[in-house]
Amino acid sequence: MMSHVLQKKDFWAGVLYIAFGVAAFWIGRDYPMGMAGRMGAGYFPTILSVTLMLIGLLSAARAFAQEGEAVGAIAWKPLALVVGSTALFGLLLSTAGLVVALIALVLVSAAASQHFRFEPKAAAGLILLVVFCTLVFVKALGVPMPLVGSWFGE
Amino acid sequence: METLSNLWLGLETALTFWNLAYCMVGVLLGTAIGVLPGLGPTATIAMLLPVTFGLPPVSALIMLAGIYYGAQYGGSTTAILVNLPGESSSVVTALDGYQMARQGKAGKALATAAIGSFFAGTVATVLLAVFAPPLADLALQFGPAEYFSLMVLGLVASVVLAHGSLLHAFGMIILGLMLGLIGTDVNSGTTRYTFGFPEIADGINFVVVAMGVFGLGEIIGNLANETTRTVMAKTVKGLMPTREDLKQMAAPVLRGTVLGSMLGILPGGGAMLASFAAYTLEKKVSRHPERFGKGAIEGVAGPESANNAGAQTSFIPMLTLGIPSNPVMALMIGAMIMQGIQPGPSVMTEQPVLFWGLIVSMWIGNLFLLVLNLPLIGLWVRMISVPYHFLYPAILVFCAIGVFSLNNATFDVYLMAMFGFLGYIFRKLDCEPAPMLLGFILGPMMEEHLRRAMLISKGDATVFMSRPISATMLVLALILLASVLAPTVRRKREEAFQEEA
Repeated sequence: MMSHVLQKKDFWAGVLYIAFGVAAFWIGRDYPMGMAGRMGAGYFPTILSVTLMLIGLLSAARAFAQEGEAVGAIAWKPLALVVGSTALFGLLLSTAGLVVALIALVLVSAAASQHFRFEPKAAAGLILLVVFCTLVFVKALGVPMPLVGSWFGE
Repeated sequence: METLSNLWLGLETALTFWNLAYCMVGVLLGTAIGVLPGLGPTATIAMLLPVTFGLPPVSALIMLAGIYYGAQYGGSTTAILVNLPGESSSVVTALDGYQMARQGKAGKALATAAIGSFFAGTVATVLLAVFAPPLADLALQFGPAEYFSLMVLGLVASVVLAHGSLLHAFGMIILGLMLGLIGTDVNSGTTRYTFGFPEIADGINFVVVAMGVFGLGEIIGNLANETTRTVMAKTVKGLMPTREDLKQMAAPVLRGTVLGSMLGILPGGGAMLASFAAYTLEKKVSRHPERFGKGAIEGVAGPESANNAGAQTSFIPMLTLGIPSNPVMALMIGAMIMQGIQPGPSVMTEQPVLFWGLIVSMWIGNLFLLVLNLPLIGLWVRMISVPYHFLYPAILVFCAIGVFSLNNATFDVYLMAMFGFLGYIFRKLDCEPAPMLLGFILGPMMEEHLRRAMLISKGDATVFMSRPISATMLVLALILLASVLAPTVRRKREEAFQEEA
């Protein structure tokens, strides 16, 4: 069955390439071009962004000309939770400290799985992980991460 | 004789207590992470890279190489025991290996993989020692024009030999090259594409990109179709192969080694292409092709040897030319740069201890793999049995802390999250992220060589065609490209990658 152009992977990949190409071209418009014999900071980026736009056009055109696979459902829940929990870790690390940041990262990301539920074994694993990270990364390897962050005094 | 004295130098380096220890730890860590389903060698190495940054360069590279073969062997173990290949090169191993495990012959399959890998690794290491020096000598005569053309050839070849859509591979390469431009332009001091963030004035760290795209991206992809899996063999018995088994695997191992060594040197999916090709070859020469897919020992022996030989010989272009032939080599180059070593032909002459120490330690690493992994198989089985929903939050924790520790900056953690998002989207659109990583590593070098070549020629672009070595490489790249675009080859290529996959 022919899927609609707007559902095709090739179409959206093309859109993505074009978007990146246009953005790179636009941001780089003020970088000095120089000449072929003495290239400025803008020369190579301009070549690349134009090439990428062309590839994007080809990819999008292919979606119109050929049959292609549909993108299918995007797994919003794992996407949001995994990306979100990682960002949350960064946010909490300096403010609330490593212990809180780790617990937040693990709990939020674990919620992305359909097998997620509270059970003693998982809780024990979490405690073990926090202790392990504290001992190995902070105490042994000396990575400068505050165990308790600025929110709780100091 | 020079080879012998060089190897002696390497032996002296590799056999120091600490380097042996790092090699062993690398192999063990690599296997331990590599057996976890859904984690390929690229993600494994990206995750473990920060561990090595505190070490001296020689030890760091020795450990990374150990992690690499460990991860690969771990991937094969998972493929055999759970039919869940962590990476494309062990897809083939899963075909017959898993069937063997179902028939209660898991021990035999694992031993075959280990012995085949060890033999192939030994041969490939010798090849590396013999062929690397002349190639490096040749490369020392390269000027900027030759380098630029070589990189073009390398990128084109990696696209042609890799699987998936050509167009998207090119798109991802260009995107990677552009990401590589982020930061301060070394020639003019202009900061490019930093959006005013001082944190990326020196460019984005490649570990951030690799961990985001391969680590986080893969986790999201795995969660999108979460499946329950069963470990085929809770206890693995019968590890010692019989004389009969050894006889059966001898020829496939030899063929696989030859095929793998040759294909590994080529840029592109080296190890992966090698294992696919070896499987097809074994099936062709077999008198009983109908046994394949039903637990044929040749179907494990050939591809496993090929894949390890390919993994080993892919170091040749990396060490002599400074050109990565696959994402793992791109990570190795990134690690070298972080250690303050400029990859290229001068590494061999300026850092003989590092060069030869690394080569010898590769063989030692393969030996460790053989003597450690078979006895430890019980431990690996237990690691595989840990359910994924317990594993991935821990993987995320190590990725997050690892990325933070690069510059002690939370900015890198946010950046990794962003690349994780992009990685999933790209995967969803069938845009393979591997070429992007190659482009990302090569981007700055390519621009630099292009500029220098054009500066020397005073803006005359024909310099790339008037210098014979450079012209040869560009013509080769064109032929490769034209041959793939030709309809018949194109169909064959698609078949080759689809067969049995």
